[in-house]
Amino acid sequence: MRPFEYVRAATVEDAVTGGDRFIAGGTNLVDLMKHGIERPERLVDVTRLELASIEEADGGGLRIGSQVTNSALANDARVRERYPVLSKALLSGATQQLRNKASTGGNFLQRTRCYYFYDTARRCNKREPGSGCDALDGFNRIHAILGASEHCIATHPSDMAVAMVALDAELLTRKSDGSTRRVKAEALHQLPGDTPHHEHVLEPGELITHVDLPPLPDGARHVYRKARDRASYAFALVSVAVVLVTDGDAITEARVALGGVAPKPWRAHRAEAALKGARVDRDVFRRAAEAELEDARGHGDNDFKIPLATRLIASALAEAAGLDAGDDR
Amino acid sequence: MKLQIDGQDHDLGDLDPRTTLLDALRERLGLMGTKKGCDHGQCGACTVLVNGRRINSCLALAVMHEGDAITTVAGLEADDGTPSALQEAFMEHDAFQCGYCTAGQLCSATSLLREVKRGEPSVLTPMGAELSLSELSDDEIRERMSGNLCRCGAYANIVAAVRQAAEAES
Ligand SMILES: Cc1cc2nc3c(=O)[nH]c(=O)nc-3n(C[C@H](O)[C@H](O)[C@H](O)COP(=O)(O)OP(=O)(O)OC[C@H]3O[C@@H](n4cnc5c(N)ncnc54)[C@H](O)[C@@H]3O)c2cc1C
Ligand code: SF4
Ligand code: FES
Ligand code: FES
Repeated sequence: MRPFEYVRAATVEDAVTGGDRFIAGGTNLVDLMKHGIERPERLVDVTRLELASIEEADGGGLRIGSQVTNSALANDARVRERYPVLSKALLSGATQQLRNKASTGGNFLQRTRCYYFYDTARRCNKREPGSGCDALDGFNRIHAILGASEHCIATHPSDMAVAMVALDAELLTRKSDGSTRRVKAEALHQLPGDTPHHEHVLEPGELITHVDLPPLPDGARHVYRKARDRASYAFALVSVAVVLVTDGDAITEARVALGGVAPKPWRAHRAEAALKGARVDRDVFRRAAEAELEDARGHGDNDFKIPLATRLIASALAEAAGLDAGDDR
Repeated sequence: MKLQIDGQDHDLGDLDPRTTLLDALRERLGLMGTKKGCDHGQCGACTVLVNGRRINSCLALAVMHEGDAITTVAGLEADDGTPSALQEAFMEHDAFQCGYCTAGQLCSATSLLREVKRGEPSVLTPMGAELSLSELSDDEIRERMSGNLCRCGAYANIVAAVRQAAEAES
């Protein structure tokens, strides 16, 4: 690990003027620093900021401080009751030990688990722009089928962020000049194009202070499903977050987001368009899923993700609509 | 720089901020109870409790834990050295072979019992369900212990030991 200077920020003001790199739970950053992939010169510890609470927001939503841990967020009674898809997504990720450290802000900004990104002996455009991408012709079982480019096919590994995108969450940030802004969770991450090292829209030194969850329509049904190589403690091969509102037999609102398939938490707009106003019906669900995967492209080892994602979306929708018991996993 | 470990203050002087909590315990203080497996958050051998909650000490920077109460496996027994009910259960059920993962398993399971007592859900807990230590299913125990790998595969006995301790505490 490269030497770095460590400072603990006492206030948000201190944090944003104290340096341009933050450490929260450290569960991703420390790991990447050990590998020599991240080499910050100065780290501002933001864990002692007064950003560790969840509060009622005007209009019926919740405001989550960026230092709320993944376990505290998943356990919160209001989140369990009003945003169960978020609790379930969080609890599907990592382990209790990791969730106890991981923060809401840090979870959004965790980096890919692409093997070649981690292996500094291999070529990786994300780690070393312009060097090439060894995943294209390598083992790419865990890689992206949507939104990738010829320069990078890595996925964003978060479970939490998938639920946040389905919930239309918004991040609140503060920059070093003191200004603040709101960034939609869906607009936080960027597709790789020819600059896969630019992963998100935040500027260096821009601190995530809060995440706002807007209220949901009454009667919204929530499902989070995650397919992976072992039952627990594994990243998603494909995950699906669904928030479904129905009126009798008609779908009034459907929100679908996918994890494990794209460089960012993927809002399934095509599936949503196919669902809105349609009837609650297994064929409708399957066709909506197929519409989302229409442009999907496999790279060999990950071809299986296309049918898997199609089936998982359809089955999560059926579960949300009450057609399927689901396997509750 | 000071750390409070198992109720005792330890002075680490001018600690290099790169030092993980795990390395501070083992390399700097010679407290060998906590084990290093993968050093990357992937096995759970290094599990300790920070302010009563389990974490992986290999991904924690020691400097970030000044002022926190840290409990290692050595702090689980009573002051007079009596093993905890969980430690007894591990011995009774032979919940280990080589024992390398055991310190982490014990810290993790100690925390698990408290989490269930506080009503904290796992991914398997149905929304709105009440949790009770006496009715914790094997699947719940397995899910809640999934952050602790065992190369020897003592899993069946670990689940049995955790179940016994859960029943004893309920
Ligand atoms: C073995 C293992 C398995 C895992 N499995 C899963 C899984 O199945 N699903 C899943 O979703 N995740 C999984 N994770 C990842 C884990 O969820 C993330 O590491 C964690 O959420 C990151 O949060 P953190 O607070 O520790 O971030 P840190 O490591 O502290 O920071 C991550 C990044 O975010 C930046 N940052 C942190 N906070 C802020 C802020 N407030 N404002 C601006 N920038 C900030 C940091 O500078 C850094 O770049 C796993 C991790 C490990 C090690
Ligand atoms: S897929 Fe992306 S992260 Fe992985 S090696 Fe290629 S460029 Fe690097
Ligand atoms: S040594 Fe920390 S998780 Fe393996
Ligand atoms: S007892 Fe040997 S690793 Fe678990």
